[in-house]
Amino acid sequence: MTTIAHLIKTFTLWEFVTAHWLTLKYFFKPKATINYPFEKNPLSPRFRGEHALRRYPNGEERCIACKLCEAVCPALAITIESEPRDDGSRRTTRYDIDMTKCIYCGFCQEACPVDAIVEGPNLEFATETREELLYDKAKLLDNGAKWERAIAANLAADAPYR
Amino acid sequence: MTSFFQTLGMSYEGAWFTATIAGILLIALPLMLAVALIIYAERKLWAAFALRRGPNVVGPFGVLQSFADGLKVFLQETIIPSASNRGLFLIAPIITFTVALMAWAVIPFADGVVLSNINVGLLYILAISSLGVYGVVIAGWASNSKYPFYSAMRAAAQMISYEVSIGFILICVVLWAGTFNVGGIVEGQRSHIFGFINAYAFNPLLFPIAVMFLISSMAETARAPFDLTEAESELVAGYQTEYSSMAFALFWLGEYANVLLMCALNVILFWGGYLPPVDWAPLYAVPGIIWFFVKILLMFFIFAWVKATVPRYRYDQLMRLGWKVFLPISLFWVFLVSGYLMFTGHFA
Repeated sequence: MTTIAHLIKTFTLWEFVTAHWLTLKYFFKPKATINYPFEKNPLSPRFRGEHALRRYPNGEERCIACKLCEAVCPALAITIESEPRDDGSRRTTRYDIDMTKCIYCGFCQEACPVDAIVEGPNLEFATETREELLYDKAKLLDNGAKWERAIAANLAADAPYR
Repeated sequence: MTSFFQTLGMSYEGAWFTATIAGILLIALPLMLAVALIIYAERKLWAAFALRRGPNVVGPFGVLQSFADGLKVFLQETIIPSASNRGLFLIAPIITFTVALMAWAVIPFADGVVLSNINVGLLYILAISSLGVYGVVIAGWASNSKYPFYSAMRAAAQMISYEVSIGFILICVVLWAGTFNVGGIVEGQRSHIFGFINAYAFNPLLFPIAVMFLISSMAETARAPFDLTEAESELVAGYQTEYSSMAFALFWLGEYANVLLMCALNVILFWGGYLPPVDWAPLYAVPGIIWFFVKILLMFFIFAWVKATVPRYRYDQLMRLGWKVFLPISLFWVFLVSGYLMFTGHFA
């Protein structure tokens, strides 16, 4: 009996018919994906995206060239050189991040005692050439200026859990 | 069309030549356009089956996606591997593409609208579709690379296996229609069932082979679930692996022109070609070419639907299906159909 049923099932392509009915039902269902470049998913305040160097509200650079981020960086992506400034405070003369080496672990942000280097919410910084991903201090400070509002909001939102 | 050019003051030979060239352009150029749009349509269909959105950025609803892709491919560098056989490497995509276009010469788009109304049209289609495998085999061999070569071997075995059963399936239809002429086969389906349904597929004797032909035509065009020639999990991209730029685009165009051709053949052989589905006078107000295109699009939807649903066959399953299932059944069906026609006095 089962062999006869099996034969009938085989020759009527029964499993194919049911499978196609199933996929046809899915064909008319609403889409599960978002319309990406025009719609975006919400990001966590802890999201670790593109790096930025922040400034104090009075315009002074936060970074004091303690080099903790350079020391903690597991990918050796950060290079810092520093010198005393005219007013005697220690500042960086060079702050480079090789974004092609960076693994976005967030340790630099964790290590920073003055919240100067942070990973912002920006994830759309693909470039056409490799060289554009070798960020220098000017680029990082510029990122800080650009994303300061979002970064400050994210840090404030995450502060109770730290 | 020849007489039209004759009224312009040409000699008969000149008018015939001009009319043929015009006819070829009239088929080939819209076909290219159709291929570009059908690739877009297929991507949208798969996307919908997978609950995705598909291309939606280039042009309204992404309609121009294929043209953007074509432009990108066109601007790429043609890379010819130094170990390849240069001449054959370049000629292979040309063969695939040309052969895919050639078969359209005998396809009737409406009553009497056909480029060359030859009496053995079906035989011609069978011959041309057999030639199609040469493009793939030559591409695989000339690339001088192992995966394309495996793919070419698979393609040769697969297309030949399924052509055998396709041959027997065509014989059944030809026996019933009593002609090898493609237009004649469509006309033979007029009022075929109960005196008003225009399709062989609703004939209980012919329905099983209509399904078999649908499956075989998927295997013949090497489409999922039978796309073992370009099984990306095993063979990178199959015989296209070493190709880039326009050569790659020609394979792509040829493949989809073949898919459209197989859809058209399914429609012509079993679903009434350019005839309306039912033999009812008001339906004839719609031109035959519209019915033909609508049926081709429905058939293409089925092709895309199958591709979105069925996983790829294993190679031994493919061969088993071709030689141990389709071949005996189609052979038996030739016997059945000819016996039926014999005893009902169809052959007079």
